[in-house]
Amino acid sequence: MELDPLLLARIQFALNISFHILFPTITIGLCWILLFFRIQYTRTKDEEWEYAYYFWVKIFALTFALGVVSGITMSFQFGTNWPGFMEKAGNIAGPLLGYEVLTAFFLEASFLAVMLFGKNRVSNKTHIIATAIVALGTTASAFWILSLNSWMQTPAGYAVMDGVIHVENWLEVIFNPSFPYRFAHMLIASLLTAAFLVAGVSAWRLQSNVGGPATWKVIKTGVFLAAFLIPIQIFLGDLHGLNTLKHQPAKVAAMEGIWHTEKGAPLTLFGIPDEEAQTTHLAIKVPKLASFILVHDADGEIKGLDEFQGEHPPVAPVFWSFRIMVGVGVLMLMVSWLCAYKLLRQKNLEGLCLRALSVMTFSGWVAVLSGWYVTEIGRQPWIVQGLLPTSEVVAQHSGGTVLTTLLGYAILYVGLLAAYVLTLRYMSTKKARSLIALQESQMIQQLEGEK
Amino acid sequence: MDWLPIFFVTVMGFALLMYTLLDGYDLGIGMLLPLANDAQKDEMISTIGPFWDANETWIVLGVGVLLMAFPKAHGAVLTALYFPVAIMLLGLTLRGVAFDFRVKVKTQHKAMWNKLFFLGSLIASLAQGWMLGRYVMGLSTDSVSMLFSAIIAILLPCLYIMLGSGWLLVKTDGEVYDNAVRWARRCIFPLGLGLFIISITTPIASETIADKWFSLPEAIGLLPIPMTVIIAYGVIIWLLNSPKMLKADYGWIVYAALIVICVTSAIGLGYSIFPDIIIGQLDIWEAAAARSSLMFAFVGSVIAVPAIFIYTVFIYRIFSGKTKTLSYESD
Repeated sequence: MELDPLLLARIQFALNISFHILFPTITIGLCWILLFFRIQYTRTKDEEWEYAYYFWVKIFALTFALGVVSGITMSFQFGTNWPGFMEKAGNIAGPLLGYEVLTAFFLEASFLAVMLFGKNRVSNKTHIIATAIVALGTTASAFWILSLNSWMQTPAGYAVMDGVIHVENWLEVIFNPSFPYRFAHMLIASLLTAAFLVAGVSAWRLQSNVGGPATWKVIKTGVFLAAFLIPIQIFLGDLHGLNTLKHQPAKVAAMEGIWHTEKGAPLTLFGIPDEEAQTTHLAIKVPKLASFILVHDADGEIKGLDEFQGEHPPVAPVFWSFRIMVGVGVLMLMVSWLCAYKLLRQKNLEGLCLRALSVMTFSGWVAVLSGWYVTEIGRQPWIVQGLLPTSEVVAQHSGGTVLTTLLGYAILYVGLLAAYVLTLRYMSTKKARSLIALQESQMIQQLEGEK
Repeated sequence: MDWLPIFFVTVMGFALLMYTLLDGYDLGIGMLLPLANDAQKDEMISTIGPFWDANETWIVLGVGVLLMAFPKAHGAVLTALYFPVAIMLLGLTLRGVAFDFRVKVKTQHKAMWNKLFFLGSLIASLAQGWMLGRYVMGLSTDSVSMLFSAIIAILLPCLYIMLGSGWLLVKTDGEVYDNAVRWARRCIFPLGLGLFIISITTPIASETIADKWFSLPEAIGLLPIPMTVIIAYGVIIWLLNSPKMLKADYGWIVYAALIVICVTSAIGLGYSIFPDIIIGQLDIWEAAAARSSLMFAFVGSVIAVPAIFIYTVFIYRIFSGKTKTLSYESD
């Protein structure tokens, strides 16, 4: 069988970036939550917030480490596998990535030391500032990387000279048309991922009777944060979709499985897209809804895939990823609202709610990955939409070469992901410090009562 | 002649030098780990705990500048070094996470993560040595270059182990301090051999480099470079064999002398290579990005690089002194 180096290089890149994004997605959101714990403790002097911080900062440190090392891989990948991208789009990609290193990486990596190990060495105020700097650093890092990614989706502010892309206006490059939507959508996605992670792990600990008063504080933080953010996220997702329709109609056509341009296009809830036959089998459709959502007119015209012959993305992966993302989003809405309602009404969560939350622990990962697959696979066959085809920029390695490294990375990543999840599980089975403290104080009271 | 590429190649050199000095010691400590007992292992690792993450970021800056200012060279160098880069990345990934996993997993698994930490450090160091060799040989693939690269691949880890031992002499006392002295004594001669081999091989391999070093009157002006290295090297040997100085806690001089050696060697290597970015193939002006992009990056760099340097010093001051056990919590 002939190995296709382009396909293998794409799979390798997808593997590396999929593995990488899991960890920053958590740390970007979790760092703000940790800052919240620190501020709550400083404000209320309630020791439980400190216990919550100590438990989650360990998980943060581990997650951060995984993000750092997998991120180093990313900075080399552009050169090892996609030298053409750097040659043709280097004038734009280079400085944006450079700014990420200069303004964000060092900031987070350096002040992380104070955040993790500085509690004994600096004042509480300095520690809170260091934590805030790490949070800002992770967010700044997302800013630059999403700016570059958005530029690849909706390029602006450039001119092409002798086949090389040059910058005309940096502000237009950085704040390109899809950037505000993608940046906001991703930040909230990170906060949601972290919210479901902390709520899920806490629910699991409460179910196994190792949680304490601090665990309740954490689960409430997670549930209320999620319940507050999920409607905003759905709304933002809609705006993002409208923006995509304007700039990348082929992507939207693949997401919705619209094969032919039509007026009053129906919304396909479910079906099996068949690219060869140009149809969706077993489709369950709601008449005119796609037109209504996308152009706010039940009889509006939506361009179909037939308008982009040879220039549209593979339909099935985009179609499916989109449905998974939306499905997880709806689940997030239901679970977080149900739990928030119970917490407000009954001041307690039990049975079903705790189970639902612990099942949803890593739901953010599923939604984030499938969302990125929609946007990245949806951009194909371009690496820079409309300007640079992916096939033109790939390095001239043989299929065997790429396959070797691909397998190496795959084995390592599977091992590390398993180790990460198992370690989280192991850390969560330990009795919570707040529970031990509570039991101790109860015992003392009891002894005193007997006296 | 545009000065921007000169600026960026200097920043890149500075970043890679910082990487060698800083990540060098934590890679070295990783390689020394199997030689210590469990308590010593914990002590050794706590000397690098607050720093390794930022240390590794210097290589990202080095590659970042290469990518930002010299996109053509970024592609050419990294495609030529495809496998060693991949192997280095696997090593760096393993050790970076092993460092964190070892204190969080079940006790019976700690030994395994210690081994992975060692293995990752070793693999990454060997791969970096190999790449340095290939780079100095202008990425050529003849058998002499390969042999040379193989030798450097073995010798660069010696430098890292020296740096690791030097760092332990700065940050520890007691048993670990004494061990570090022994480890440094074993590695100092291979290190000298490595410096010697690079110094004689590069002018033999490249006529341009030979001309730069051995034509008068430049040769006289360049004399301080090898002289400084030799003196610093002598200081290390003298110190390692002076029980009195070691007892009085002057071990930090080893690390300081290694900094001198690395900085001087970097200047020497930079002088040899300049103005090429791939020796004999591509100079910095040919490889440079468009001027408008360089200018944009320049503005960010002149603000950010000094800031990074300042807060790095600030953080090192917070964690200065002999290392105590690390804790996420306050007492």
